[in-house]
Amino acid sequence: MKLLFERSTVGHKSELLPCCSTPAYELPADLLRAEAPALPQLAEIEVERHYTELAKQTFGVNDGFYPLGSCTMKYNPSINEDMAALPGFTKLHPLQPESTVQGALEAMYTATELLQEITGMDAMTLQPSAGAHGEYTGLLLIRAYHQSRGDTARTKIIVPDSAHGTNPASAVMAGFSVVNIPSDEKGCVDLDGLRKAVGPDTAGLMLTNPNTVGIFDPNILEITKIVHEAGGLCYYDGANLNAVMGMARPGDMGFDCIHLNLHKTFSTPHGGGGPGSGPVGCKAHLAQFLPTPVVVKTEEGYHLHAPEASLGRMRSLYGNFLVVIRALTYVLSLGKEGIPAASQGAVLNANYLMKKLADLGYDMAYPGFCMHEFVMDIGKLKKETGASAMEIAKRLLDYGMHPPTMYFPLIVHEALMVEPTETESKETLDAAAEVYGKILAEAKEDGQRLHDAPFNTPIGRPDEVGAARQPILRWTPAE
Amino acid sequence: MGGYIPNSAAAQQAMLESLGLTSVQQLFDCIPSEMLVDHLNIPEGMSELEVGEMLTAMADKNKRFSTVFRGAGAYNHYIPSIVKAVTSKKEFLTAYTPYQAEISQGVLQSIFEYQTMICQLTGMDVSNASVYDGATAAAEAVVMCQERKRSCAVVSGALNPHFIEVIQTYCGSRGIPVEILPVQNGLTDPAALSAALKADDACVLFQNPNYYGLLENCDALTEAAHAVGAKAVAVVNPMTLGILKTPGAYGADIAVGEGQPLGIPMAFGGPYLGFMAATQAMMRKLPGRIVGQTTDAKGNRAFVLTLQAREQHIRREKASSSVCSNQALCALTAAVYLASMGPDGLADCAKQCLSNAHYAASEIAKIPGFGLRHNAPFFHEFVTECPICPQLLNEKLAEKGILGGLPVEGGILWCATEMNNKNQIDRLVEILKEVAAQ
Ligand SMILES: Cc1ncc(COP(=O)(O)O)c(C=O)c1O
Repeated sequence: MKLLFERSTVGHKSELLPCCSTPAYELPADLLRAEAPALPQLAEIEVERHYTELAKQTFGVNDGFYPLGSCTMKYNPSINEDMAALPGFTKLHPLQPESTVQGALEAMYTATELLQEITGMDAMTLQPSAGAHGEYTGLLLIRAYHQSRGDTARTKIIVPDSAHGTNPASAVMAGFSVVNIPSDEKGCVDLDGLRKAVGPDTAGLMLTNPNTVGIFDPNILEITKIVHEAGGLCYYDGANLNAVMGMARPGDMGFDCIHLNLHKTFSTPHGGGGPGSGPVGCKAHLAQFLPTPVVVKTEEGYHLHAPEASLGRMRSLYGNFLVVIRALTYVLSLGKEGIPAASQGAVLNANYLMKKLADLGYDMAYPGFCMHEFVMDIGKLKKETGASAMEIAKRLLDYGMHPPTMYFPLIVHEALMVEPTETESKETLDAAAEVYGKILAEAKEDGQRLHDAPFNTPIGRPDEVGAARQPILRWTPAE
Repeated sequence: MGGYIPNSAAAQQAMLESLGLTSVQQLFDCIPSEMLVDHLNIPEGMSELEVGEMLTAMADKNKRFSTVFRGAGAYNHYIPSIVKAVTSKKEFLTAYTPYQAEISQGVLQSIFEYQTMICQLTGMDVSNASVYDGATAAAEAVVMCQERKRSCAVVSGALNPHFIEVIQTYCGSRGIPVEILPVQNGLTDPAALSAALKADDACVLFQNPNYYGLLENCDALTEAAHAVGAKAVAVVNPMTLGILKTPGAYGADIAVGEGQPLGIPMAFGGPYLGFMAATQAMMRKLPGRIVGQTTDAKGNRAFVLTLQAREQHIRREKASSSVCSNQALCALTAAVYLASMGPDGLADCAKQCLSNAHYAASEIAKIPGFGLRHNAPFFHEFVTECPICPQLLNEKLAEKGILGGLPVEGGILWCATEMNNKNQIDRLVEILKEVAAQ
């Protein structure tokens, strides 16, 4: 595919603006750039064709099955897009007087009310822009809490080795050091390990439940109790909430604060890598520390309000507002029966596919029932046939399917993490299982062949080592 | 209502049977029973028709101004029709981060093109794939400048106040000292900066045009930073770079900013686009995703996520930032915008902003009580005095469908873009005259 710059022809352009109606103003030359930016010069049809071609080489949920574990690639309802495109939302200046944005504030307030009920939290901010940003925010809440009590020796955040990489990275951003604790043989928190890890320096624990291997930790109440008794707080990484919405609430599990990934659980599109939205909910004892501003409701209407001991701002303005509008549309659509039904559907689909793949001969890292996702262990297959998790994943591409998440969580070395979501049909799962079966047979027949997969994609496997060794991060004109 | 679940009850029953179960509830037996939710206290689900009506009613409660003279970090620009047409393509919209390069060349190439255009605009060597917004981009830039013996960030007081607050949040938790440099006549004074700088400061941040719309002496500020071995970080508005001198040209080490002016709707504050560009020397300190060019086994050009050894999923607690999902679709929006504007279109748009703002400023300043607060060169924002309570003034303007400038200390911060033609400005001036005469 040609790059935009390679399609450029001098003089091609679109006519978009009228002539300037005010006298031309000139700034002194020393304030101006020496030459125009070398942007491409294209007519509108050329821009359209370019991006149409790029779209054809992009794979979204709308293109096919996308069981990317931990990412909850469910269908993104069309109505959500319509609501987020309403001019009454898109054309609002963020610094308009409060009295002129009551509908926007109502939408934000309603979203927080609904999400607080779903998670069992007392207060919420919509400011964080993604899951990792939510983690950072939640950890700052924990930090502010301890500091407000003069409890300044609490400098450590406990993170299980099954956690997502953003967890420890966010903990360091928040000024903590990280204590990694190993998982037990079932992939859950090792209680003895946790008891040994907690102490007067414990600020808190970060956990996702169900965890990253798709298992609901049966000891969850004991876990949060151990942390609380040691004086720490518990943070819930909401990436896996799709397993338990309307069935169980992090607030009832003993968590003090949480983030949600609206771009996972609440059906907002991922956009090829964002924008997401990572609202952070907390219990009452942390509410006074929430970032500025939060939306409050009084008799006169809705207001933006700075919590009394606010930790400050996490970004400018109020968050990824249009993403929140999509999520609000979704929650209102599903309602009190639809929310748990979605989780039930997600868990049923995951177990159905897990059983099918296990019956085909794939090894499960943690056999038995799972929640909304499961992890396959390709280790034995690799030893026997040479076909690794990567090879299975790459071969799936040939069949028009997005592969599962590879090599995560780190506690399973040849991991393929599968999350079908509730919006896939039994027929899609059956068809997927058939493909997985074929690939397993291929691997057993000739594991070497899979090293060259994929065969039918627009490009073969890219040279990633070369890309990192001699980085080319932008186009430059040929000399 | 349906939860977008295609399976019928019969299909679900068949699936349960294959698992040897009779009820889906059994799959939740692993959850301690005392914790199971009986029912959620939220409304019952609604049909698409009803939800559409409810959200539309909320949208309709907001006031949409036909004329906007307010900026202060969010700008009312024309968005070419093609921008939405491209960014609503469901392939782009519904894809995850492009982890599987073989089926993601489209989105990867679009990011590579975005990175290139950000470099072209800023005059810098490299760009990342985006971060959450301009304020977090500025905060991440400070973190990029941390060295073993250099920590403190000296920040111009003429930065957007939200940016300053976010920098304070990000630096506060890491123990990075932040010093705010007082503003003099709306500007950052290079001599005062030099006097304030210490030999072990890590970086200087200034904004151009600054929060008050004024053009800083970027050369001198950059030089002052470099004189003590500190990095210079320029916070810039990409629209203005259609004509303004680039951070690369004045020697900045990092250029960051809010990409919203590039085709992204104001949308009550988000989603927006944090862009970050840097010199080659700082390439490996950039946070977030970066796309690079390589080849496949057959020698075809290919694009991949690269330099991942910097990132959280590899480095975990040693990563410099936890950013994972970024603002990819907003970066695509900016790229489509820039591709359809082209170099001439962008320069023309920037010049219209400049000319309209100067016409507005000169006309407004003629009204008694509305004198210009500063006399430095400005771009498309400027502060005037206000003879009456600014809130009251804005109420009067709102009655006529005009969103007036933002009340700030000492007056009102106005903004004019290509959307504010001479008629609009003349009408504004007429109303201001009436108000002033009362
Ligand atoms: C378990 C878990 N936690 C956190 C995150 C980070 O979320 P985000 O990409 O929205 O920052 C992810 C994303 O993949 C995740 O899977």
